[in-house]
Amino acid sequence: MKFWKRLMCTARRRSPWLFHMNSGSCNGCDIEIVAALSPRYDAEQLGVLLQGSPRHADILCVTGPVTRKAVGAVKTVYDQVCGPKAVVAIGSCPATTNVFIDSRTLVGPLDKHVPVDVYVPGCPPRPDAIIAGVVKAATLLAERGDNPPKPEMVMVEPAEAGVPADSRGPQEAPPASWGGDRPSSAGREEVQP
Amino acid sequence: MNTLVTALARFLIFPGLLFAVPAAWFFLWVERKAVALMQERVGPPFMQPFFDFVKLLGKETPPRPGIAGLIMRAWPLIAVSAAAGAVGLLPVLPASGGFEGDLILLLALLELPSMCIIAAGFSSRSIFGEIGSAREAALSVSYNIVFLLAIVSIAASQHTFRLEALASMHPSFLTVLGVIAILACLPAKLHINPFSLPNAEQEIYAGPMTEYAGPELAMWELSHGLEWVAATGLVATLVAPHIALAWGTSLLAGCLFVALSVAVVLLLSVLAAATARLAIDSSVRFYWQCTLIFAVLAISSALFVRFWL
Repeated sequence: MKFWKRLMCTARRRSPWLFHMNSGSCNGCDIEIVAALSPRYDAEQLGVLLQGSPRHADILCVTGPVTRKAVGAVKTVYDQVCGPKAVVAIGSCPATTNVFIDSRTLVGPLDKHVPVDVYVPGCPPRPDAIIAGVVKAATLLAERGDNPPKPEMVMVEPAEAGVPADSRGPQEAPPASWGGDRPSSAGREEVQP
Repeated sequence: MNTLVTALARFLIFPGLLFAVPAAWFFLWVERKAVALMQERVGPPFMQPFFDFVKLLGKETPPRPGIAGLIMRAWPLIAVSAAAGAVGLLPVLPASGGFEGDLILLLALLELPSMCIIAAGFSSRSIFGEIGSAREAALSVSYNIVFLLAIVSIAASQHTFRLEALASMHPSFLTVLGVIAILACLPAKLHINPFSLPNAEQEIYAGPMTEYAGPELAMWELSHGLEWVAATGLVATLVAPHIALAWGTSLLAGCLFVALSVAVVLLLSVLAAATARLAIDSSVRFYWQCTLIFAVLAISSALFVRFWL
């Protein structure tokens, strides 16, 4: 029995399946989530899979400041995810409603409506931070076991957690021909998480 | 008595459950890893399908009241037992038993998981499940014609429906033709690209599996893995003539069987990574227009060999 519990704990930590939900986001964070799953960052080496159905997911990734139109859908999808589950608020919008604060079309932030476990701040957050947040949520799931979730707040800094950010090793500097208004990247240091 | 013991050993130990379940996880890993490597990724760790399975066993399922819920829970179990039975029938070891007509039983058991998927999608009463099931049904009537014609042509050329006789036949032009036709059907049978449209991820949520969660979904994953083992194992036994008899030892036969199956898995994974999902009309047209020619050629030459030579 104890062995089974330990095995289940490992399995929950090693196999986080995501469902991605947009609650009125500007699409910036959604693009970063896609980037986190793409070959460049390769979240699958941590067992992360993006699932098509909320029923299959363990972790609900919510982006956006929760608009009036979206709040019903967010609650429905949260109920459709089968327990044990965790919610990751991706970007500053679901955490604080960000620049849209005091807008009359919003009913956010997210934690007014569903319990949020991990916040990944940023506008948008880097893919490494998103992966670190998902790993943190998976660890929470593993620690909690079958007990009902306790509300607790976890913030993820991009530099946290030994996440393999880049499966191809250090990034090469982008070519100088990319965009005119960008500062030249020749002397710049690459930020390694 | 002896036959019963052999049959039980085949179903429970090798190539049955004790071998097939770890092999199913291994093949699922090989597929995911191969696709990852083709995309220049690191890919999932070795134990990933096992962890996924254990995690799903520990999840809750939504309440399913009444007979409809009971039926919905039954489909994945039927699919798993059918796929496990199909693996148990494969003639891997020399003199492993078997009976006249076990090829027909194998084909029926191979088809059962697909039937279960269709039924599961409709009984889940989700619109996405129903769309997925309708696609699966349309795909199934297209590839099965080719699949059955190819197998019947191989069987007809040997005058037998006994798997063991087919496994130890001499390779001929007809076998090659038949195996090519079977290989062309496997991506559709296993729902991988370019014929992944029944469970089209993201496009129709998860197709027939949309409403399944927790242990039920774990059973679907397992039945999918067992289908991999059964389908690639069938090709392996047909491709390698005298898989056992040539060398004589059971151990070598088992190793050769596994190696050939992995080779087929790799071939299919490369195909899956290199292609995109086809629409339903293109998929159906592919099987009815392009592949059917191979199958008809195979069966007509089989009949020719049977009656005129």
